[in-house]
Amino acid sequence: MDIDLITNVLYAMIRTGTPLLIVALGEMVCEKSGVLNLGQEGMMLMGAVIGFIATLLSGNVWLGFICAMLAGVLMSQLFAVIALGLSANQVATGLALTIFGTGLSAFIGSDYVGKPIDGLGVIAIPVLSDIPIIGKMLFAQDLIVYFSFGLFAAVYWFFRSSRTGLVVKAVGENPHAANAIGLPVMRTRYLAVAFGGAMAGLAGGYLSLAYTPLWAENMTAGRGWIALALVVFATWRAERVLLGAYLFGLASILHLVAQGLGFAVSPNLLAMLPYIATILVLVMLSRNSGRSKLYTPASLGKPFHASS
Amino acid sequence: MTTSLAGDMPNQPPRLVMKSITKQYPGCLANDAVDLEIAGGEIHALLGENGAGKSTLMKIIYGVVKPDSGEVYWEGERVQIKDPAHARRLGVGMVFQHFSLFETLTITENIALALGDEAGDLKALADKIRTVSERYGMALNPDRHVHSLSVGERQRVEIVRCLVQDIKLLILDEPTSVLTPQEVDTLFITLRRLAEEGCSILFISHKLNEVKALCHHATILRGGRLSGDCIPAQESPASMARMMVGDETPITMDYEKVLGSDVFLQVRGLTRISEDPFGVDLKGIDLDVHAGEIVGIAGVAGNGQEELLAALSGEDTVENHDAIHFPCGPVGHLCPEKRRRKGLAFVPEERLGRGAVPDMSLKENALLTGFLTGLVSKRGMIDHQGTESFAQKIINQFKVKTPGSETHAKSLSGGNLQKFIIGREIMQKPQLLIAAHPTWGVDIGAATAIHQALIELRNQGAAILVVSEDIDELFLISDRLCAICDGELSPLKPTPETSLEEVGQWMTGVFDTATHANSTS
Amino acid sequence: MLVKLEPRGQHSRKMAYLSPVLAGVLTLITSGIFFFLQGLDPIHALKTMLYTPISDTYGLAEWCVKAAPILLCAIGLAVVFKAQVWNIGAEGQLLIGGLLASSVAVNVIEAEGIWVLPAILLAGVIGGALWALLAAWLKTHFNANEILTTIMLNYIALNLLVFSVHGPLKDPNGFNFPESAMFGDASLMPVLIEDTRVHAGILFALFAVAAIWVLLSRSFMGFQIKVLGLDHSAARLAGFKSKRLVWVTMLISGGLAGLAGAGEVTGPLGQLVPQISPGYGYAAIIVAFLGRLHPVGILLASLLMALIYMGGEMAQIELNMPVAITGLFQGLLLFYLLACDVLINFRVTLPWLSSQKTTAEQVN
Repeated sequence: MDIDLITNVLYAMIRTGTPLLIVALGEMVCEKSGVLNLGQEGMMLMGAVIGFIATLLSGNVWLGFICAMLAGVLMSQLFAVIALGLSANQVATGLALTIFGTGLSAFIGSDYVGKPIDGLGVIAIPVLSDIPIIGKMLFAQDLIVYFSFGLFAAVYWFFRSSRTGLVVKAVGENPHAANAIGLPVMRTRYLAVAFGGAMAGLAGGYLSLAYTPLWAENMTAGRGWIALALVVFATWRAERVLLGAYLFGLASILHLVAQGLGFAVSPNLLAMLPYIATILVLVMLSRNSGRSKLYTPASLGKPFHASS
Repeated sequence: MTTSLAGDMPNQPPRLVMKSITKQYPGCLANDAVDLEIAGGEIHALLGENGAGKSTLMKIIYGVVKPDSGEVYWEGERVQIKDPAHARRLGVGMVFQHFSLFETLTITENIALALGDEAGDLKALADKIRTVSERYGMALNPDRHVHSLSVGERQRVEIVRCLVQDIKLLILDEPTSVLTPQEVDTLFITLRRLAEEGCSILFISHKLNEVKALCHHATILRGGRLSGDCIPAQESPASMARMMVGDETPITMDYEKVLGSDVFLQVRGLTRISEDPFGVDLKGIDLDVHAGEIVGIAGVAGNGQEELLAALSGEDTVENHDAIHFPCGPVGHLCPEKRRRKGLAFVPEERLGRGAVPDMSLKENALLTGFLTGLVSKRGMIDHQGTESFAQKIINQFKVKTPGSETHAKSLSGGNLQKFIIGREIMQKPQLLIAAHPTWGVDIGAATAIHQALIELRNQGAAILVVSEDIDELFLISDRLCAICDGELSPLKPTPETSLEEVGQWMTGVFDTATHANSTS
Repeated sequence: MLVKLEPRGQHSRKMAYLSPVLAGVLTLITSGIFFFLQGLDPIHALKTMLYTPISDTYGLAEWCVKAAPILLCAIGLAVVFKAQVWNIGAEGQLLIGGLLASSVAVNVIEAEGIWVLPAILLAGVIGGALWALLAAWLKTHFNANEILTTIMLNYIALNLLVFSVHGPLKDPNGFNFPESAMFGDASLMPVLIEDTRVHAGILFALFAVAAIWVLLSRSFMGFQIKVLGLDHSAARLAGFKSKRLVWVTMLISGGLAGLAGAGEVTGPLGQLVPQISPGYGYAAIIVAFLGRLHPVGILLASLLMALIYMGGEMAQIELNMPVAITGLFQGLLLFYLLACDVLINFRVTLPWLSSQKTTAEQVN
């Protein structure tokens, strides 16, 4: 393997891992507050299509990203109203959100399939980007990738050192106790879900505005679900989400490596790799359920109704 | 001490006055025109059975529940307590029965959460926690995670959480039900000290001896209404009990102690590592239960009771088959169904969500463990009529109050559901009945009925094992007694030969009480 | 707050039946408004979608063709969902069922005899069941969350199918189209009514509905499945073997989905193509919820869902709408259902109404 190939694979690994990292960090915050939102895929698709249309109509890619995040937030609040406000089953509501988002995005985007836009450009940081191998990977990326580095640091700090992070953890572990000592359980959960929605929208927007950049029906191809598995794999810890996202990024671009090394394998078979990797990861991790119990938000997925 | 009240400060208004508080829940009048008055520095007892309205009244004071009508005065001023934060600002602190703590956080983090923005710097808070806890004789290491604490220590955290603020009224909800007798003594010292410093204390309980020993004044509720007001020191436990339960219910009973015949359940060297990171490992448990006797196991919650019960019921199997023996042979490897076929019946601690399926009818819940009594055909079909009549029989024989067998388990009161579950198990004519906490949260009438049913089953020759946190109950019904602590079992002694103090020491892990007594004397 | 929820003591049976109807009505109203905003006459548009497709015999027959796979998947899901095992993989199980049935069928194109079709269908059932059992094994042995594994298996199944029609199963005489050869006559489902496409698959589906009904309401196995779903600890206490129940339910659900896939390739399609299913496996999830996991409810909900599929196609032709409108309808329906289900366990009250009253009383 030559240096160029390694450099490019590492570069592509980060790019491919970035949407996963963003959506998984959002979902992690959401799950830490005790809410399991299986609608990531639907929110990502809505972010992707709305961001794409906004960019196409306005010509401004940043407006596109803002609209993508807003779309994600709106979708997440739809989930929140039903799953939190009306205490419906979170699994079913999340599934509904994905089915709804898939349908709605395909409907809205049907006139925009295959249209070209100017995607988000790369900003190479002088000097640093010239470092061999890791220079291109870390310092010659687009702004959203840099943002994702910052997002990781922020989430890491949030749960490690901030008081609000403590509140989120407490609400996710024992909402009844949190309510009894006067913490705002519902508000915390609504906000956490909204944050998850914003990040899912942004990740979707990244796919249609920077990664591809174009809009196609169902273009997220299960990334929302993989992100959910990633959060489990990471046992709700930001540093492991980061690691997992890039590992999945790598699994998704193995066909590049295969081509680079001159192997001819059916693209359909290689396309299965991320999904197989997801299953393997779930298997390896879930085996020891005792250990992961220490980190799992104890009330995850359980409805809370302050009845007393 | 009792005379140091009101007299000192004649012009001071009482700390808390509640007038004619009423709270209606759907289908239940929880508080009906209740009055309560607590002076500064007073230890006031709120007495009543489960469902008498104590919890509702206490939640109203703490701002968790809003009354439908009535007036609340705080140090002479009319207030409407909006929420717990408001209550805390006034100086009300609360120690919950089911602790409101977060397992995965440290003590400091837990307390910081409750304090909100006043918590300030965590290091300074940790120092304050250390100082306060030592001052009141409740030493705590603020850096420890809550999941590593014993039940008694968790209660200290709850109390310290109130004390790091300026506190004028401390509410404790059934604080002694989770403690060993020795821990209760320590708690009372702390509470008396607090009261001497001017803090009022509202002590919610149904244990009359404790109220008599600790409290200056008592308010008694029955069925949501005020049924009495007294000075405990001037009353006998029996007279207070009358005010609690009314005239109709028989209160105490004395049961004859007997010796069993042949051994039915034999446990030898039962050792099991818990799969749960928060669980307790069982360490070399030896235990015999004879046919025709009741053996009681005392202990503070979380000392291996759940693990022992799961191993005995077959929900957890053990690798060493011989560790658990029925007369027919080793059963340690058998699943619950096979053990039931060999004569076991089991009453779990959780009534709803284990003993009975909340969203299923009583009829279906009768089938849950009753399916072995010929209610399922060889082809796997359910005998619906047989199930119905089995359910009816349980309801009639054990006087379960319910509209019918189609009623969902979750709409029954705790006592009625427990009678149904115990009835379901007893109707299967078990040779061994294992019951966990058979009367917690049950009113006195139902508890008496349950005790009588157990005694009757014993007299018919069944072996019975009762695990309970209520020592009084164990002394009442057990023929032999022991205690569990950190996964180990104390010696097993006939009830008349042991004492409350000895069992209390067993509960804290001091098993060799004879030598211990010698060495301390 | 504008509305307040008060828990009912016991859940309302009336509301449990009423809620899907209410959800259907709300979906109709919303889509009417939606069509109006698109500049269409809402009555006409709804009629085009929901009545025109079934207004003649051929349409009614097509209705059965569409309903059969949805019904087979959904009735299987009723069993797993009762056990609270979240098999989201009916789609993948259907695809693998179709794939395995096809790989048998392309090898017996010339064969005659009545054993041919049963063998192909059996292959489909086995394919679907194995795909589901894979997820069951991952769940019981490795504790891997079945929602995620079944979804991943859906994507893998789709890629396997696409790989197969581009590779091993491609028709050598098919001008390089990604399709298998047309199946032999003995491999095709018998047509029930002449000049239509309605085939024996709907009979299999109806039989499955009856069998599952008996399983869930009469048998002890069904009782155990229900207990496992409602209360895991109670099932453990009673000694029900939860792992075995997970396997059995997944086997039933996967097998039926596999049969649905086999029915599609041997029925209306007659060959293996990349698009066996327009998301029947996902639609079946909605159907299962909408039908309250009850066989009769699921039968009705399947018919509704099949109609929505046909309506989507009709809307594309007649109203110039994207066919994705089907997904939109499905999502809306499920959302409304979940929202309406709140009424089963809660009573909705309007606190501003009663508080106005109390202030008025105080003034007096």
